[in-house]
Amino acid sequence: MTEPNADRLIWMYEQMLRIREFEERVKRTFTEHPGVIRGHTHLADGAEASIVGALSTLSDGDQLLTTYRCHGYPLVLGTDPRAMMAEIYGRCDGLCGGYGGSMHLLDPARGFLGTSGIVGQGIPQATGAAYAAQIRKRNQVVLSFFGDGASKQGAFAESLNIASVWKLPIVYVMENNSYNVVTRVEQEDANAAAGEPLAVKAKAFSMPGVTVDGGDPVAVHDTVGAAVARARSGEGPTLVESKIYRLSAHGNIIAPPGVPLHFPEHEAIEVFGAPEEYEAALRGDPVPRFRARLVTDGTLSSEAADRIAGEVRDEMEAAVRFGLDSPFPEAARALDHVYA
Amino acid sequence: MAHELPYIAAINEAIHLEMARDERVVYFGQNLATTEDDEFVKAFGHDRVRVTPISETAEIGMAVGAALAGLRPVVELYMAEFMLVAMNQVVNEAPRFRYMSGGQVSVPLVLKAGYGFTAGWAGQHTGSIYGMFVGVPGLKVALPATAADAKGLMATAIRDDNPVCFFHHYLLTLEPGEVPDGEYLVPFGQADVRRAGGDVTIVATGWTVGKALAAAESLAGEGIEAEVIDPRTVVPLDLETILSSVQKTGRLVLVDQATRYGSVSALIAADVAEYGFSALKAPIKQVTALDATIPYSEPMEAYLLPDESKILTAVRQVLGSAAVTA
Repeated sequence: MTEPNADRLIWMYEQMLRIREFEERVKRTFTEHPGVIRGHTHLADGAEASIVGALSTLSDGDQLLTTYRCHGYPLVLGTDPRAMMAEIYGRCDGLCGGYGGSMHLLDPARGFLGTSGIVGQGIPQATGAAYAAQIRKRNQVVLSFFGDGASKQGAFAESLNIASVWKLPIVYVMENNSYNVVTRVEQEDANAAAGEPLAVKAKAFSMPGVTVDGGDPVAVHDTVGAAVARARSGEGPTLVESKIYRLSAHGNIIAPPGVPLHFPEHEAIEVFGAPEEYEAALRGDPVPRFRARLVTDGTLSSEAADRIAGEVRDEMEAAVRFGLDSPFPEAARALDHVYA
Repeated sequence: MAHELPYIAAINEAIHLEMARDERVVYFGQNLATTEDDEFVKAFGHDRVRVTPISETAEIGMAVGAALAGLRPVVELYMAEFMLVAMNQVVNEAPRFRYMSGGQVSVPLVLKAGYGFTAGWAGQHTGSIYGMFVGVPGLKVALPATAADAKGLMATAIRDDNPVCFFHHYLLTLEPGEVPDGEYLVPFGQADVRRAGGDVTIVATGWTVGKALAAAESLAGEGIEAEVIDPRTVVPLDLETILSSVQKTGRLVLVDQATRYGSVSALIAADVAEYGFSALKAPIKQVTALDATIPYSEPMEAYLLPDESKILTAVRQVLGSAAVTA
């Protein structure tokens, strides 16, 4: 995997910023346009570097499946944020016509095959896509994104076992944000409880397991890139543990209709009374951190960085307006697409 | 032209023909193709025919992902109960993708599983659990009762662009039957009127079709002509054929190996009551398994199951020639 050049680094920063700005607007919609977003929404702020670093390693024809925390990936792949926002608002111009919502974005033409709203269940699906890639012999690789919580599901163990036996062209990217909703990873994970990285789980399936700083897009690019190269050359799967910190709560509050939805404070503050943990994470926020790095090493001027920020803000403001202006789908369309 | 084949061999013939016809069809599951002598391995190689570990969630989840990526997997699950281990993939993944994507993707896959093995397999391998998969929008459910239907429904299942639960009946495994040569498709949602008659309609599925036909034969000896209908697929269900038969006979007996509230007969009874009530001359009668887990011991097992004499009693009840009991 070649090192990203200056243009590529700037592209990576721009994609990180696009995810952040998109998620900021999703979050703000809850207060600025109450009732427009229904149900449960999960934000990727804090995971931008990990998402961009991982996806920057892919080539045309590669594929991915993710969790319900899915807004970041399609933005990087080139999906129109206006269609994404319209989907999250349940509108007819939405990416999935209003059938899927926030948790079920996909863009098959760009290789994003789908999500599962049930923890861990996308892992075997990605593994099946990797099986299809293997026998199609077009040198494709599949990325499977999931959280640390999912590694406690049987689907995780079953899938990694088969992928290793079959030497499937897949990279398992575990985004370890240290929380399964309001349960800390040390409370539920044997490796974490023993002070070991979660990447050691790979040992049980005789595949490489690596831990990387998910706040550093270049580190993620290098680590996932090596695993992608390995997968592409037929050597089989890798488990990458990307350590991130989710900067929003697990999701917006779960409340019956009538109660305005909003995002509560992060669980470190809201549940565990540990605001210092959250403040430390904010100080390490990967988006300003990467900007500072690019500006400091001369890759990007402050003016250029500000210009990118302005363009991204405009792009995401337009996505909100497009979503709000898009009409609702015709109700009777609810009976379309049940069967192929 | 036709040839005689056991029911299970007819299913394999369909899979074989479809794999030869379409290279996107792959076949995998537990204890499958473990040697080079395997007929499927010899014909199609290990890329398309693979043994899996005992990992139903991964097997079915992989089928979903492979289908999203363009393959048409057939998963060998052996026993319907093994699907329970992976219920989320069957019920809450495979049939949801197309809908949630607004029609952008499809999930063509076949889950092949045997059921109803009421031959001393006791409580966990004998269930007729297809009712659990009926009522899940996006899933289709096939229940072949003959070798020919087993072949034709499997071929149709593989060509269908939706996830299909193909449930073959274990007690019919070696049942021989005439099977059409070569490519043979039985359309989904088209019931087979196995026997025509004007006095009473009997609807039965799977192994109970044979019981219903036997009962119809003995009723014929008494001058009662029963029409026996096998829906063949319960999703989609050919309600039209059932309703038009009831229009003619005015009397309906439903036979189902599942327990009453997990049965398809309960759903058909509800539909006929709603859409065919004016044609009914007598209350609908259901002959289902009694509400218990299947026991090991033979007389207890037989006691719970529908049989010819229970069907005869039900027919006499709807004809008004036998007392109705609760």
